[in-house]
Amino acid sequence: MSLYLSVAIIVLIFVVIFQIAKASEYVSILKGEEASRQQNNKINGFLMVAFLVLGFVGIYVCNKVYYGKTQMAQGAASIQGEKVDEMLFVTLIITGIVFVITQVLLFWFAYKYQEDKNRKVFFFAHSTKLELIWTAIPAIALTVLVVFGLRNWFFFTGEPPKNAMVVEVTGKQFGWIFRYPGKDAIFGKKYYKNIDPATNSVGIIWDDKYAQDDILMEQTMYVVKGTPIKLILGSRDVIHDVGLTHFRLKMDAVPGIPTTMWFTPIYTTKEMREKTGNPNFSYEISCDQMCGNGHYSMKGIIEVVDQEEYDLWMAKQKPQYFTAFPEKDPSSVPVAAKVDSTTKATTAKM
Amino acid sequence: MSHEAALHNHEGHGHDDHGHHEHHDTFLTKYVFSQDHKMIAKQFLITGMVWAVLGGLMSVLFRLQLGYPDASFPWLESILGKWAKGGQITPEAYYALVTTHGTVLVFFVLTAGLSGTFANFLIPLQIGARDMASPFLNMLSYWFFFTASIVMLSSLFVETGPFSGGWTAYPPLSALHDASPGSKTGMDLWIIAMALFVVSSLLGGLNYIATILNMRTKGMSMTRLPLTIWALFFTAVLGVLSFPVLLSGMILLIFDRNFGTSFYLSDIYVNGVGALSNEGGSAILFQHLFWFLGHPEVYIILLPAMGMVSEIMSVNSRKPIFGYMAMLGSLFAIAILAFLVWAHHMFVTGLNPFLGSVFVLLTLLIAVPSAIKVFNWLTTLWRGNVRFTPAMLFAIGFVSLFISGGLTGIWLGNAALDIYLHDSYFVVAHFHIVMGVASMFGMFAGVYHWFPKMYGRYLNNSLGYIHFWITMAGAYLIFWPMHYQGLAGMPRRYFDFSIWESFKQFAELNRFISTIAMIVFATQILFLINFFYSIFKGRKVTVLNPWEANTLEWTTPIRPGHGNWPGEIPEVHRWPYDYGKDGHDFIPQTTPVGENETGTH
Repeated sequence: MSLYLSVAIIVLIFVVIFQIAKASEYVSILKGEEASRQQNNKINGFLMVAFLVLGFVGIYVCNKVYYGKTQMAQGAASIQGEKVDEMLFVTLIITGIVFVITQVLLFWFAYKYQEDKNRKVFFFAHSTKLELIWTAIPAIALTVLVVFGLRNWFFFTGEPPKNAMVVEVTGKQFGWIFRYPGKDAIFGKKYYKNIDPATNSVGIIWDDKYAQDDILMEQTMYVVKGTPIKLILGSRDVIHDVGLTHFRLKMDAVPGIPTTMWFTPIYTTKEMREKTGNPNFSYEISCDQMCGNGHYSMKGIIEVVDQEEYDLWMAKQKPQYFTAFPEKDPSSVPVAAKVDSTTKATTAKM
Repeated sequence: MSHEAALHNHEGHGHDDHGHHEHHDTFLTKYVFSQDHKMIAKQFLITGMVWAVLGGLMSVLFRLQLGYPDASFPWLESILGKWAKGGQITPEAYYALVTTHGTVLVFFVLTAGLSGTFANFLIPLQIGARDMASPFLNMLSYWFFFTASIVMLSSLFVETGPFSGGWTAYPPLSALHDASPGSKTGMDLWIIAMALFVVSSLLGGLNYIATILNMRTKGMSMTRLPLTIWALFFTAVLGVLSFPVLLSGMILLIFDRNFGTSFYLSDIYVNGVGALSNEGGSAILFQHLFWFLGHPEVYIILLPAMGMVSEIMSVNSRKPIFGYMAMLGSLFAIAILAFLVWAHHMFVTGLNPFLGSVFVLLTLLIAVPSAIKVFNWLTTLWRGNVRFTPAMLFAIGFVSLFISGGLTGIWLGNAALDIYLHDSYFVVAHFHIVMGVASMFGMFAGVYHWFPKMYGRYLNNSLGYIHFWITMAGAYLIFWPMHYQGLAGMPRRYFDFSIWESFKQFAELNRFISTIAMIVFATQILFLINFFYSIFKGRKVTVLNPWEANTLEWTTPIRPGHGNWPGEIPEVHRWPYDYGKDGHDFIPQTTPVGENETGTH
């Protein structure tokens, strides 16, 4: 009902606008082409300046309302992020100056030079000097931005420091799997045909001697504040992308082709909660590459903690090998067996 | 039709086999399988408009979801059925809408609808030719486009839904039937439609190039061509060189999808299916093939708009375009650079950082010819006598949007910033402003300017003004705040943001943007009403040259027949931009150079 009503209203508005436009056409014919053109020029010339002024007011208001909601206001949470933010501001200033100058000139010229019978137009077809000037100035400004940008780019994509902690991240439809190399600090080999969603979600080759202490986690990853973290990215199915908004980085996770990224977090999750005043704050990993119908819900969490807390957490983790082969768990064979039987019992009941 | 009026412009009516020959056209040969470039142009335009309405409507539907993620609209279910169960668009439907919106707007509206229309309409008329080099291939070009349209349209009605993996169709998502419902039959139809589209675009492009190079009238040297023609020429060259690469990418994709090859596939385990046997392919290969077209495609969309804006600005400023050769040189530079920057879409794919740095340099280099164009447009306005026709307003709007969207390109082209902003709403804002809306403005400018030539009637001026101002304000209101969403890291192609602590703060803004989008869409309906009403009932054109322009199309009769000029094709004596020269308001290209005239450009 309300649909029909709103359609009817829209149609009515169209009819009214159309009739007014039709009428104004008849009026302009009566007035003569010359006179009506002059009137239109006046109105539109005024609107040009009005648009320019209102536009700048709009930009001011928009910035006032929304700047606080961007990441810029919150500040970056990694040393890479601080460089990105710094570069964003430099780029903003350079492009902002060009924006203001060119838009003002455009709308001002349009207003100022609207048709006037008494003005003789200036036949000005070209000027090598002017054209050279506005080739050279953008070229110089861009050189600055390129140099600045590439210095950061090579830093971001370069080798991480030697003390970096390494974590493997695997995307799947629709979630994240994290693998820690365990005590030996070396990842066991993997092959995708070994993947078993229940016990071996990334396809670890268990015979590899480095594999047996590898630790697998889903959805949440722990990293240490102040320690560089190197991520080795991969995907099990389609292309995903590890988007780390707060650290200002992202990198695709591609099936079959490992990629890497690294960053150094500078605030723990707790510190960030205080800094932002948001008790629910968490470092979210967003998937930034279209990966299917669940794309929008493919969320991971990074917990940034200090070394002490990390060590405590790590001590509690059990290598995935013992989940896959509970009978081989040396520390708690009987417990594991018991857990196993209860799980079986509940499964049977279900 | 007043052929007599036209003939006053030329001395003598030499007997020309085309000019006076009366065609006995049936309805079928005149309106359907026409070989007249003007009719084919109108076919492209109207098909493009149908797609623009469909594509726009899709954006309204998914904006409804983004603006009102919790609301339920029962009427949606009656339109979309299972795709909007309970009145709420499903994620499948949302992604299908986003994907089809992108594909349709980029290819069917802004490629076929824009350069298909104006290359066909303007090339023969402005260079002084009776028709295209091959009218028959030209006709085929439209009918391949039409067939592509039908196939694409049919994919909307497949049970598993149309393709829903984004208009870039990255494999493995697009290659694996089981990765997404949209990757089943919908994707097959999508590829077929795109392949047909490529054929259409190649037939058209080859024709445009051949016509411009070979069929210029006497005196029309290359440097006397209007900038519209130069822009359309470079557009055609870009299309001919890059569309085949897309086709090759698509063919490999068909093989991977249906014949068990592994061009793009390796190491894949699909939930519910298990490990696939494909090994050794590269998913990134497709992205190289895709963007080798995909980036020139941006300029295929943009260049015709630039050309038309240059022409319209000069005519309505009553002043020559400033720096004709610089405009031409920058078009050429953009066309060359278009082929050398494709990997800037791939900075975060794990691209070799050194290669990335080369692409940063080449990408930012494009800002130089772009800046030249902007400054030249500004100087064209300076000390002119500006007439605000609706076409001129859209041309000015184009420049404003091109500046706004072009400058954010400098942000995104710098890899160290792209690593943060990639695939966020910042990108959405950037390309919609600089490529989407700006080119749309170029297209509107073209339609308003050449409508009198197309149909012998005027569009209603007041409706044109209303159309422009609402669309202009709306474009900025929709896309400007999206930069802020992008700076908050908000990813594009998200069905719902409410579960994200980092992105959910924009719910109110999303509602605002959706509302404006609907108003702007309604305003485009107003334009359509104006367009179709004016074809039949608009004010009649009574003078040959209503805009007092120099170019050749205004020397044809008010309603030119097939063959364009009833008598001989006029000869050209000067460049097309002698406005305000030696005290003359304008000097058409057909006027011989006077004895006391000051030097030409």
